[in-house]
Amino acid sequence: MTVKEVAERLGLTVFSGAAGLEREVTGGYTSDLLSDVMGFAREGQLWVTLQTHRNAMGVASLKELAAIVLVKGFRPDDDTISSSEDEGIPILGSDLPAFELSGRLYELLR
Amino acid sequence: MRFEYKVEGGDFTQAGNAASAIKKTLKQLGVDPVVIKRVVVALYEAEVNIVAHAWRGVIYADIEGSGIKLRLEDEGPGIPDIGKAMTRGFSTASEGVREMGFGAGMGLPNISENADEFHIDTVVGEGTTLNIGIRF
Repeated sequence: MTVKEVAERLGLTVFSGAAGLEREVTGGYTSDLLSDVMGFAREGQLWVTLQTHRNAMGVASLKELAAIVLVKGFRPDDDTISSSEDEGIPILGSDLPAFELSGRLYELLR
Repeated sequence: MRFEYKVEGGDFTQAGNAASAIKKTLKQLGVDPVVIKRVVVALYEAEVNIVAHAWRGVIYADIEGSGIKLRLEDEGPGIPDIGKAMTRGFSTASEGVREMGFGAGMGLPNISENADEFHIDTVVGEGTTLNIGIRF
């Protein structure tokens, strides 16, 4: 399933990084700790988090994640958006809390 | 091939730039992607440690046919207890740094797990030098 299909199925907002919407999603990882994501997330995963700052996109890029999904209505910072456009890694958003969004994502991807 | 990057303490806008640059270089050199991933994790964590804890530092990266050697020298507070610092979950990061999602106490363990060679030299009140070796 592509990032775009996941976004459509879960009704996610696409904030930025539309160039990466056709990328295949291999799974998901939920964490707000950057070192946890650095150490344990895998290439191609969706990253569910409330971190909105530019370093989150830095981690997503280094780990070659498929997209960042912000929870609870959080919006990315302006410099996070420009970084997302540069990297072609989408930032998506949902009003759901991390637990519920992860549950729905899991059901969709398993 | 030798690369050098300066790192300013407290400047999170630049954190990860060295890791990103080295990743690009290793990809161009055709290094095994699995090895690149390990280099990226180790270097990113070490780079963020300088930004989060030290006043300033320099990263030296030597890339040879057999592997990469990273040397991260910082001027900073040093590490009073390396054993504690290596314990997953232990962190001395400030509240502000933690709110950004750093300071989870996973940095040094992540480096150690991804490195073939890892050595810390530290003097309290002066600074810390990390030597990290990863074979291709």
